[in-house]
Amino acid sequence: ALPRSGEATRCLRGRLVGRQQPCAWWDHSSNMIACTSFFCCLKRDQDLFLFFSSSPGFCLTMVVETLEQFLQEGRLSALMWEVCQQQAQDRSPELQETLLSKIVCLPDHVSNKLQGKNPPVFFPQNYFPLLGSAIIQVLQKISDSLRGGSDCSISFVSHVLGKVCIHGRQKEILSVLVPHLTDVTKSDCIWQRICWRLVECVPDRWMEAVVLGFVQRAEIISRMLLGNLVVKNKKAQFVMTQKLLLLQYGYTTAVLQNVLGYLSLDSLRRALLIKVLQELLETWGSSSAVKHSPAEQQQYISKAILICLSHLKEPEIESCRQELLASMMAGVKCHLDSSLPQIRRLGMIVAESISLKINTDGPVLKFQYEEDNETRELKSLLVQTPPCSVVPSLPDDDDDDLIPYDMSEDKELKTTKAPVYIRDCIEVLTGSDDVDKWDATIKALENLIQKNPAATREVSVELAKILLHLEEKTCIEGFAELRQRAQVAVLITDPIPVAQYLTSQFYSLNYSLRQRMDILDVLVLAAQEMSYPKIRGKNKHSGAQKPCIQLLPGSDSSKDWRRIVNERIKSKTRRLQFSLGQGQSEVKQGSVPNEFNSIAGHFFFPLIQNFDRPLSTFDLLGEDHFVLGRLAHTLAILMYLAVNAMAVTTMGKALLEFVWALRFHTDSYVRQGLLSCISSILLGVPTEHLLEDMTEELLETQSWLADVVEKDPDGDCRRLALQNLLLMENLKKKLETVPF
Amino acid sequence: MALPPPDPEFVLRGTSAAVHTLHFSCACQEPDFPILFSGSENGFVHVWNLKTRRVDTALDGHGRKSVYWVETMDAKDRLLSQGRDQRICLWDLAEGRTSVTDSVFTENVGFCRCSLLKVAQGRWLMAMAAKSLEEVQVLELPSKTSVCTLKPEVGAKLGMPMCLKLWQLDSGSQPWLLAGYEDGSVILWNLSMGKALSQLVCHQEPVMSLDFDSEKAKGISGSSEKVLSIWSLNEQQNLQVHKIHKLVNSGISDITIRSDKKILATAGWDHRIRIFGWKKMKPLAVLDYHTATVHCVSFSDHRNPTERLLAAGSKDHRISIWSIYTQT
Repeated sequence: ALPRSGEATRCLRGRLVGRQQPCAWWDHSSNMIACTSFFCCLKRDQDLFLFFSSSPGFCLTMVVETLEQFLQEGRLSALMWEVCQQQAQDRSPELQETLLSKIVCLPDHVSNKLQGKNPPVFFPQNYFPLLGSAIIQVLQKISDSLRGGSDCSISFVSHVLGKVCIHGRQKEILSVLVPHLTDVTKSDCIWQRICWRLVECVPDRWMEAVVLGFVQRAEIISRMLLGNLVVKNKKAQFVMTQKLLLLQYGYTTAVLQNVLGYLSLDSLRRALLIKVLQELLETWGSSSAVKHSPAEQQQYISKAILICLSHLKEPEIESCRQELLASMMAGVKCHLDSSLPQIRRLGMIVAESISLKINTDGPVLKFQYEEDNETRELKSLLVQTPPCSVVPSLPDDDDDDLIPYDMSEDKELKTTKAPVYIRDCIEVLTGSDDVDKWDATIKALENLIQKNPAATREVSVELAKILLHLEEKTCIEGFAELRQRAQVAVLITDPIPVAQYLTSQFYSLNYSLRQRMDILDVLVLAAQEMSYPKIRGKNKHSGAQKPCIQLLPGSDSSKDWRRIVNERIKSKTRRLQFSLGQGQSEVKQGSVPNEFNSIAGHFFFPLIQNFDRPLSTFDLLGEDHFVLGRLAHTLAILMYLAVNAMAVTTMGKALLEFVWALRFHTDSYVRQGLLSCISSILLGVPTEHLLEDMTEELLETQSWLADVVEKDPDGDCRRLALQNLLLMENLKKKLETVPF
Repeated sequence: MALPPPDPEFVLRGTSAAVHTLHFSCACQEPDFPILFSGSENGFVHVWNLKTRRVDTALDGHGRKSVYWVETMDAKDRLLSQGRDQRICLWDLAEGRTSVTDSVFTENVGFCRCSLLKVAQGRWLMAMAAKSLEEVQVLELPSKTSVCTLKPEVGAKLGMPMCLKLWQLDSGSQPWLLAGYEDGSVILWNLSMGKALSQLVCHQEPVMSLDFDSEKAKGISGSSEKVLSIWSLNEQQNLQVHKIHKLVNSGISDITIRSDKKILATAGWDHRIRIFGWKKMKPLAVLDYHTATVHCVSFSDHRNPTERLLAAGSKDHRISIWSIYTQT
C-alpha cells in the first residue's frame, strides 16, 4: 500500500530532523514502482530534495539520477523560493538549517557516496554556477513579489550565499551572480535594495568570506553591490577596515583598490576612509612595526596609504593636514633609519606622496632614489586613472626610418694630459686647483698603480690615505667607482701595510659612515681580486680597443687553443654543483697561488677586534647598526675567500664568537650578515677542525638557527638560516660516511 | 641597445698635409671611375680614383699655398680650385691634361670658400669674397664678367664674409645668395637688386659654415660655438631662427646637407663627424675616427643612392670615407 502524501512527508521530516520513526514504506524502497509513485506524491521540492540528498543505502544510481534530473530541471530555485516563502511565516528553522547544508554541500555528499564517480553536474565548478543562476531566479521571484506588494524574506538566500562563500566557492558563484546583479541594479532601485539586503542578511560568521569574494572580483562595479554594508554591519566593517588592511597582507593591489575605492564612494563611508588612513599611517610610522614586520607587509601598507591618498579630496586633506604631517615626519624618520634599502625607499615614496598631497602650493619633499618598476607601480597608485588607459604615443617622427646609432661615447673632449708618475698624481690630488687635471688624474690612477707596483709601494699608505679622504671636486661621472678602483689597486699592490692602515682607520675617530663603509668595500673587493687572480688580467684589454684597428686573426689564436679546448670541454660536461657557495663552481684554468691566503689575517683580525668598543663618533652596537651589518657581511666574505688559508680555523672561531655575541640583534640586515657568516664558516673551515675545535659552539648555533627559521620576521633571515641548517646536515652526513 | 657606429669604409692617406676641402664626382658611368677631389694645406689638389683608392693625379697650381675649395663645372674634367694664393684656377683635366686654362685673382686674404651655381647650360654664377674686406662679388663663368658686388650698408660692421651659398628655387628662377659673416650673422642677398633682404644674427662668433635647403626654405649654420643654428626663410623673405641644437663640443668647420635632404653631416673641431636627420635635427650618429679637427665633409653624387658615400677630410692628413644611411 502506498503511503499518502501527508504521511510520507511527515515521516520524512521526522527522520531528517532527528526524530527517528519507523516507517513501513521504507522497507519497500527497492520496489521501483512504489518509489516512483512515492516521489510523485512528495509534492514539495524541499521534501523531495531532502529525501534524496540524505538517503543512505537507497538505490544509489536511481537517487543520483533523480537528483541530476532535479537539478537540470531547475527545481533548485523552486526549492529555495519555497523556503523563502515559508520563512516569511517563520517556520521550522531546523528544516531550513538542514536544507541549507544539503544544498551547499551536495557536491561533497554525492562525491563521497559515489567515491568520486559523480556525474559532471555535481562537480563544484558546474554545480555552484548552477546554484548561482538558481539564486538569480529566486531573487527575480522575490523582486516580482515585492512589486506585487507581498512581503517575503531573503535571508535564506543570504544564508546559501554565505555558506557557499565560507566553503571557498566565492569565485564560482559570484562569477554568475555579480554580472547579472550589476546589470539589473543599474537602473532599478528595488533590485538595488534586494541586492543590499542579500549581503546584509549574511550571518556574521560568513560575512568575511562574502566580503572577500566581492572585493576580490576584478570588476570595479562589484563593490557597488555591497551598498552601505560597511556602515551597517560591524563584522563587515572590521573585515574591510582592519583585517584586510592591517592584519593581512597577501592580497593583490587590485583588492586594495577595490576596498578603498568602495570606502570612497559614499559620504558615509568616506569618514571611514579617513579613519583607515590614519590607522594605516599610524602603523606605517611606528618604528617597531618598521623594525619587526615583514617587508611585504610594509609594502602592502604603503600601497594602501597611497591609494587612500589618491581618493582624498582637498577639503578632507585640509581637515587632517596637521595629523598627516605629523605621521609623515614620524614615519619617514624610522623608515630612513632602516638598513634595508627597500624599506628606506618605501618610506621615501610614501613621504613624498603625502607631502605632495598636503603641500599644494609650497615646496614638496623630494628624495633621491633609483626608479624601477616597483617605484613606478607605487607612484602610479597615487593617480586615480587606471594605468592601462594610457594611449601609446603615436610615432610622429618622420626621421623614424633613420635609426640612430649608439651615441653614448659622444663625450666632451678633454685636452689635458694625465700625469704619468704616481708621485705626480699625489701632488695633483692633494694640491692642484686645476679641475681638468684633477679629473684626468683620478681617471688614470688605477692603471698607473697597476703598471708601477714598485713606485706605488714607496708611497702606498700615503696614497691610500689621500684616496680615503678624497672628495669629489667637480661632478665626475663614476667618481665613486674610480676612487674605489684606485683604492683597491693600492691595497692589492701593497696589501699588508695598506690593510693595516685601512683597518685601523675603520675604528678611529672622525670618519663618516660612508668612509667606513668604503673601507669595508675596498677590503672585500681587493680580497676578491686577490683570490681570483685570473680576473684581473683579463678585463684590462677589452675596454680600450679602438674599433677601427683590427688585428688580423690568427696571430693571436694559436696561444688561445688551450682556452678554447677547455671551454669546449666545459660546455659539453655537466657539472653537478652545490648551489650555496657562489664562485665555488668557477673552474680555475691553470694553477696560480691564491695571493689572499697568506694575508687573509691582516684583513680579518683587525676588523673583528674592536666592534664592541664604542667611540664618541661611532657606535657600532648602537645607532650605527647599518655599518655593523656591512661589517658582518664583509667578515663573511673575507672568511669565505680565505677558504684554504692557514689561519682559517682561528678565523672561524673568532667569527663564531662574533656571531654569538650579536645573534639577537634587532636589525634584520645585521642578522642576515651574521647568518652569512655562519655559512662562510661552514663552507670555509675544514670539517675536522669544525668538529674538533668548535663542537659546542656549533650545537648552540644549530639550535639558534632552528629558532630563526621558525620565528624570525624577516624572510631572508629565515631562508639563510634554513640553508645553514641544510649545510650542517650535509656536514653531518659527510662525517657519517667517512669515519675518522 | 643601439648599434655601435660604423667604421669608415676606407681611408685615403697620402696627401701629407691637412685636408681642407673635398668634392666628389661620381655621377659618371662605366668605364669611367668615381673620383674624389681633395684640396690640402700644401697647395695640392689630389684626384683620387675611388675604384683603386689611390691618387691618380696631384695638381700643383697654387704655389704650395693651401687649397680650401674645389668644385667641378659639370664634368669632372673642368675643375675649379681656390687657394690661399688668392687665385681661383680653372683646370682642364680632359684626356689626361693637367693644365690651368683660366684663373681669377680675387685679391681677398680671407678664408671664405666660393660658391658655384649653374644657372643655365654653359653658364655659371660664382660668388666669392672680394678684395674689399666686407664685400662679396658675384661673377658669371666662364666669361668672368662681374654680375654684382654686394656691399653691406655703411656702418653695419659685419666683418668679413665667412661662407657663401648661392641657390635658386628651381632652374631658371632668380638666384639668391646666403652669406655668413664674421659677426655671426647670416644675410640673404638679392642678386639682381644687389640688396640685403634679411639679416639674422645666428651666432655670437663668426659663422664657419652654412647650408641651405631651398625646398624646405630652411638652413643650418655652425660657428666656433657649441651650437648649430637652424633657421628658416619665410614667405616675406625674412630669416628667422627655427631651432638651436646644442652640441657636446664646440666648433663646427663644415656642414653639408645630403642632396636628398634626409640627413646632414657636420665636421667638428672635436675630431668627430656628426650625422643628423635633417627634418627634425634628430641626432643619428657620431663618427669618431679622426685624431684631429675635421675640416670638411662632403656627400657623393652617385646615381645609385645605395652607393652614396660620405667623405671627411681632417687636419690629421687623412680622408675617411663612410657609407652610412644609404638605404633611405
